[in-house]
Formats: sequence, structure tokens, C-alpha cells
Amino acid sequence: MEIVFLAFILILSIFLGFELINKVPATLHTPLMSGSNAISGITLIGAIVSAGSEHEFIATVLGTAAVAFASINVVGGYLVTDRMLGMFRKKKAEGNK
Amino acid sequence: MNAAILINLAYIASAILFIFGLKQLSSPETARRGNLISSVGMLIAVVVTLLNQGIVDYRWIAVGVVAGSIVGIFAARTVAMTAMPEMVALFNGFGGLASLLVGWAALYDGRTSVFIAVTIFLSILIGGVTFTGSLIAWGKLSEKMNSRPMLFSGQQIVNSLLMIAIVAFGVLFAMDPTNVTWLYVLIGLSFVFGVMFVIPIGGGDMPVVISLLNSYSGLAACAAGFAINNLLLIVAGSLVGASGIILTQIMCKAMNRSLSNVLFSGFGSPKTGAQQIEGTVKPIVPEDAYYILEAASSVLIVPGYGMAVAQAQHVVKELQELLEKNGCEVIYGVHPVAGRMPGHMNVLLAEADVSYDVLQEMDQVNPRIENFDVSIVIGANDVVNPAAREDEGSPLYGMPIINVDKSKTVFVLKRSMASGFAGVDNPLFFKDNTRMLFGDAKESISALVREFG
Repeated sequence: MEIVFLAFILILSIFLGFELINKVPATLHTPLMSGSNAISGITLIGAIVSAGSEHEFIATVLGTAAVAFASINVVGGYLVTDRMLGMFRKKKAEGNK
Repeated sequence: MNAAILINLAYIASAILFIFGLKQLSSPETARRGNLISSVGMLIAVVVTLLNQGIVDYRWIAVGVVAGSIVGIFAARTVAMTAMPEMVALFNGFGGLASLLVGWAALYDGRTSVFIAVTIFLSILIGGVTFTGSLIAWGKLSEKMNSRPMLFSGQQIVNSLLMIAIVAFGVLFAMDPTNVTWLYVLIGLSFVFGVMFVIPIGGGDMPVVISLLNSYSGLAACAAGFAINNLLLIVAGSLVGASGIILTQIMCKAMNRSLSNVLFSGFGSPKTGAQQIEGTVKPIVPEDAYYILEAASSVLIVPGYGMAVAQAQHVVKELQELLEKNGCEVIYGVHPVAGRMPGHMNVLLAEADVSYDVLQEMDQVNPRIENFDVSIVIGANDVVNPAAREDEGSPLYGMPIINVDKSKTVFVLKRSMASGFAGVDNPLFFKDNTRMLFGDAKESISALVREFG
């Protein structure tokens, strides 16, 4: 039953993703990619549990490496997206035309 | 309330914030706030995860977070906008690797059923392919590697054998997850497969590959979510997976090619067009180009990857201002696959302070293309190649293009007569209404700007 439950969540999320992303204009596709990439860094929370749990030493090592890589993704991804989106501006009021 | 319920409730809040964040990306006005909302969702998820009762030692977590954050902050602050595609590629790769490691570590949780073993197998496979595939994409995009497609005879056979081997070892692993030999073999095979998957793809097709890898980085997180039974990983991972798939579809459609054609055909190796091109190339000097521009009342600028290479976006903006002062309307026509990743041109122009309401899509500019007095093509080639419309023998045939050849005059800024990434001749250069402005794009535009001055 657990499998069915997880699959159910998966399918609904994918459909939701399609609906959401279809509304993103082409002009924002690069920030969309870097921003969604930051979201894929969610694997960080799985990594945190592995790095901090009292399992075998190898699990701690793997978890710590995963925390580091996922943190690059999350921190770098959100910051660079913010930097990019800060550049998108509409023409100023005192325009040239 | 016990910690597990609290954590899961907070995960629901995070998922909602991710969804709202993505929703706000539907307009440039709200997008920045959307990104902030999404990052708050991430922060909540991370903080509540620390409450997990299984966690007994915070030292290694701190080491990992601090190390990763320093690299992330540094990369995000220093990357040039022209280098954005390779950075996104690299980040995709790190995401994939993190998911691979999480899946691997799940093996030591002590709850190994066949189902868990299969999901661990999937996170290792998808994560591994994403990791090495992204590294190759990064190498090609940053020109540390030759960006031409790498093809050899029997490539398809090697890839098929590789896939069969992966499935076979996957089955062995699922039947006996305690045997780490199968695991190591699988990790190795996934890495090799990632390399094999990206090397046959040429530089011009990179927008497709990077979108696809973006999708995989999400799916890898999703698979890791199954392996560790974490719903938030599944939800967030599949949102990203869906996003990457949509971008991939848009890119393929913009090139009128199927995904399998992009992945397997080695498009971009030099080919000869079927149609004989007639006519002569008519060069123009900046002085003469200036007189035409001065008299123009509407100008379309079509940027391509060459603009990024020449770092010409800032002088292009200067030219735009001068033209506007002269009473001329300036519109940018951006083809979906211009540049090396989806939306690449828009970011570069935004960096140069070009307002996003003059950045228009192909479908917006094509219906009124005849009304533009001048189209200026800056470092774009295949996306304005009329052979895509006219020459059934051309490899580009059927690809939607910006029909600049139908505007009154076309200026093509080009370094030399070399063909585009697709290796296809461009009849546009030989049309009667086309004038070639040879030289570095930045130099040529600067020369035009000086003429106005």
C-alpha cells in the first residue's frame, strides 16, 4: 500500500508541475531552470538525516558529502536566481520615446 | 505532538511555498518574490529536518552545510551572465550526485526490502547519469571540451549493451542489496552511461540537453525520496522533473525535431545542404549601415549566441537607446533556442538593462516582420536560416525561424562566412535585401554607435 500511496503523490505532483511551469513565459526560462535546480537541492534534507544518524561510518561520510553538494545547489541556485531576476526591469518612467 | 508529525506538517508548508514560488515565476514582476518564497520553503524544510530524532550528531551536518554554502555563495556572486549555462549544468550535476549519495547511504538504514533496493538503484542510476552527463555538458558549454558531437561507429550498440548491463546489475542488486559489489558496478556503469549520453550531442543542441538534465536532477531527488520514504523529496523532485520535461519539449519543438533525434542523431556534424545557393554576398560598412538605420522607423534585433560570445549586449543596448532617441521603435526578437540554454538571451539583455517588454518571442514578431525597416541579426545563424522554410533537403527544414529575410533590409553581423552550429549554409546571406557587416559583433555595433554620436 505504501508504494501505491507514494506513486499517487508522485503522479499528482507531476501534473501540478506541468500546470505551473506551462505558465512561465519564455523570457524567464533561465531563472526558472536555476530556481528549479535549487528546489531539486531538496535532497539536502535526506542528506542531513544520513549525515547525522548513528549508522555505519560510511553512511555518515556519504551523507556529509551529499549535504555539501546539495548545499551548493540550494544556496548557489537561489542566490544566482535572485541575482538574475533582479536584472529584469521594465522601462523606466522617464523613457526615451 | 511528536516530532515526526511536526516535521511532516512543516514539509506540507514547504511544498506549498515551493508551489507558490513557482506560480509567481509566471510574470517578471513577481518572479523575484517567488524565488524568495521558494527559498523560505527550503529553509523551513531544512530547519525542521534538524529536529529528526534519528539525528544524534550535528557536527558533520554543519561541516557539509558550511562547505557547500561557501562554494554556492562564491559561485552565485561571481558567475558572469554569459557563463550561466555552464553553471546551471554544473549545479544540475551536483544535485544529481547528492541524490546518488543519499540513495547509497539509504542502504545502511537497515530497512532493505526489494522495493527500497529498486528505488536505491534508481536514485543511483538517475543521479549518476545526471552527474557525469552534466559534467560533460559543462565541459562542452565552457569550451573546455570540443563542443562538436563525438560519434564513433557502433555507438548505438555500445549504448544498448550498456543499458542491458545496467538493467542486469540492477536486478542482481535488487535481489541481494547487501552485496556491495553490484552497487559499485552500478555506480560505475551509471557514470559511464552519463558520459555516453552527452558526448554525441553538439553545442547547438545544448539547450535540449541542459533542460533534460535539469529534469533528471529533479527525478533523481524524487527517486531518493522513494528510497528514504520522504514525501517532500518526491513532491519537490517531481515539480522540477516536470519543469525540465516541459522545457525540453519547448526546445525540441522550436527545432522541429524529436527528442530521440536530438539525443541520437549527432546533429551538428558538418553536412552539405541540398539546395545550391545562388547570389552574391553584399558586404556593407558601418557608415552606410548608419544611413539606413537613421532613416528607419522600426528595427528588429535578433540576438544569438554570437552576441554572448562577443559580450556585445551592452553596446547593443546603447544602439537601442540611440535609435529610440531618433524616433525609431526597437524590438528584440528572441528565438526559443537562441543561445545555449532556454531564455539565455533574455538574461543577457536584462543584464544590459534592456526592458523586458521589448523582448518578444518568435510568434510575436513573425506576423509583423514585413513592417520592420531593418532587421539586425547579431551572432545568430540557424534560427534565421530561410532554408528551414524553403529547402526540403536542408537538415533544418521545418524548424520554425524568425523570418528576418522578409523584412525590408537585413543586416547580418558576422565574424566570417563560416556556417552556424548546425553546419548548414545560410541562404539569407545571399538574399538581395541582406547586407553583411563583417567583424566582431561588439566592434561593429560600437562603430554604428560612433556614427550616431
